[in-house]
Amino acid sequence: MKASPEGVLTGVHFMDGDHAACEGAIAAGCRFVAGYPITPSTEVVERFSVRIPTVGGMFIQMEDEIASSIAIQGAAWGGAKVMTVTSGPGLSLMMEHIGLAVMAEVPCVIVDVQRGGPSTGLPTLPAQADMMQVKWGSHGDYQIIALSPNSPQECFDLMIRAFNLSETWRCPVFMMMDEVVGHMVERVEIPPADQIEIVPRRWTTKKPSEYRAFEPGPDMVPDMAKAGDGYKLHITGLTHDERGYPAMNVPAQNRLVRRLSDKILKNRDKIVDVREDGCEDADIIVVSYGITSRVAGAAVEMARGLGLKVGSARMVVCWPFPDVEIARLSRKAKAIVVPELNLGQMVGEVERAACGDARVYLVDHAGGSVHEPERILETILQAARDAGLGFKTEAERS
Amino acid sequence: MMNIVENFDLFAPRLINKQELISSGHRACSGCAEVLAVRLMCKALGENTVIASATGCMEIISSMFPTTAWQVPWIHVAFENAAAVASGVEAGLKALRKKGKIDDRYVKVVGMAGDGGTMDIGFQALSGAMERGHDMIYVCFDNEAYMNTGIQRSSGTPMGASTTTAPAGKVSIGQKTWKKNMPEIMVAHGIPYVATACPSYPLDFIRKVEKAKSIQGPSYIHCFSMCPTGWRSPSHTAVSMGRLAVETGVFPLYEVENGHYRLSPDMPKKLKPVKSYFKPQGRFRHLTPDQIEMIQEKVTVEFGKLVEKAKFLKTGNE
Repeated sequence: MKASPEGVLTGVHFMDGDHAACEGAIAAGCRFVAGYPITPSTEVVERFSVRIPTVGGMFIQMEDEIASSIAIQGAAWGGAKVMTVTSGPGLSLMMEHIGLAVMAEVPCVIVDVQRGGPSTGLPTLPAQADMMQVKWGSHGDYQIIALSPNSPQECFDLMIRAFNLSETWRCPVFMMMDEVVGHMVERVEIPPADQIEIVPRRWTTKKPSEYRAFEPGPDMVPDMAKAGDGYKLHITGLTHDERGYPAMNVPAQNRLVRRLSDKILKNRDKIVDVREDGCEDADIIVVSYGITSRVAGAAVEMARGLGLKVGSARMVVCWPFPDVEIARLSRKAKAIVVPELNLGQMVGEVERAACGDARVYLVDHAGGSVHEPERILETILQAARDAGLGFKTEAERS
Repeated sequence: MMNIVENFDLFAPRLINKQELISSGHRACSGCAEVLAVRLMCKALGENTVIASATGCMEIISSMFPTTAWQVPWIHVAFENAAAVASGVEAGLKALRKKGKIDDRYVKVVGMAGDGGTMDIGFQALSGAMERGHDMIYVCFDNEAYMNTGIQRSSGTPMGASTTTAPAGKVSIGQKTWKKNMPEIMVAHGIPYVATACPSYPLDFIRKVEKAKSIQGPSYIHCFSMCPTGWRSPSHTAVSMGRLAVETGVFPLYEVENGHYRLSPDMPKKLKPVKSYFKPQGRFRHLTPDQIEMIQEKVTVEFGKLVEKAKFLKTGNE
């Protein structure tokens, strides 16, 4: 289905990532946002509150993030495409409702413009330290989807994908932006509405008498019915059966929780997105995501200039983790270098997938700014030395 | 009033503490009435005070090294829990004092937050603390929006004000709901002392904080503190805007002691029209005469209710 032209600001813009993310959401058909001010994400909802009355949607500023994260779920069951926007401390408050969105299979997008933590941390400075929290922060076993844009253009593009994924797989989808991507101003090209592919809500085609709210289709995802349209809807955070009624027993728990995980993991090929560059014959591969991938790009160029065969692999989708792709790369390469704006989060996943086939190096950063490319280069060179690869340093070359 | 301020020492030498417990050199915007209010509050509290502060302007402008301004023990917590932390500090001090682990001097615990940190995200923690009856003061510094993140609406934002998340335009007049009546909600908790105050009336404010300090049990002070940046009015108007808010009845000064209402002596006999208060403020500039009339009606009705409540008290107003 094509996007509705209403609200699509087709043309070339000069805007920051927060504003581009808002435009992406509107283009994707988002018509309800509940939010709460928090730096550095507030600009998304500020723009939405100005733009949305003109396209017939609604923005509500709630009393806190707890309320925001649940108001959107109510609106989703009412039929709207929904989003909330926050940063670290707000995300921490949302955790219980993220679990509920997983359990009740509510399509929703949660934007996290990451800043330094823990606690209040660095409100105005970047980090990538919520990567594990979005995956593991709520209690119980579950899978979510997380995307990681590295430019304002991608804040627009990936926002549309985020909505499409959440509608397809009926789970919360996270946009893992960070302060730099959110506040960086760049060229953003918004295509005409008829070039934007939109996944509509999975409305059931069954009659009310035949409809069962949590009966999975062939892709393990159930179809939805709109509250108020005559269908029997019983939505609960309790373990439930296919009708939606609470069923507190081992088989029901096993069936439901397994399906919630499997619908993501077994369909991972349709979700993951790893962008590889020069990895075919690379000895060293830099695996990165988000804003760090742009800094890593500079380091990779520098290393190639020294005669090393360095490839880069960028995880556009961080969750589900692209373990098959990383495993394949690690079998070919001698070393993997993982720069990230935290003290080591996704690197653990990379190590798990590499399974000892390639040595994994972390370039950590406590947050507050992006890496210096030289620091990443240093680790690439260290990896090259450890692997016995020959190269000439700048000093030797001149 | 100017005379009173000039002759501060002469006027009430025994009442006003000379110590500055929040020092100058902090990072507040010029013309910030909120930090003025914090300064006056500290003068009334004295040094035997522990302050728990929520996230907000007052945290950011007063705590950052090397411009840290606090001369009393001060703890910044998250956004939603100033009252809960103050409860914990109070209970901890009580336990230590009972066991003889600390000396016997009386220390007042104060929770402070802005309007968002009090009326929205911190509401649950505040209600709990007041209900449990901790011996503490909670002061809400109300500048009527989330100013720290850039002027987003809160439930303290008045009807018709334009904010960045409730923008006025073709479709909307800005904030579409009435300001939450927080002092009344606190009165409903049945706590010993609730007061409204404004730094434009410094002696009234100091007296109220001192009274709250003297009371065993929870007390709540709602301090109206104008924000030139967020209200889009010149910074030299901070004090005069506070006075106009009081004189128009938009923010009446009163106190409620054990359920007995008393209007402050500073309240005028006859209120000014609200449009004189709206005029200097950019956030109200878009309002039509009809909309102002609607707000005027509400202010008149609300003030009438307050006067009724205060009427039967023997002391205070005639």
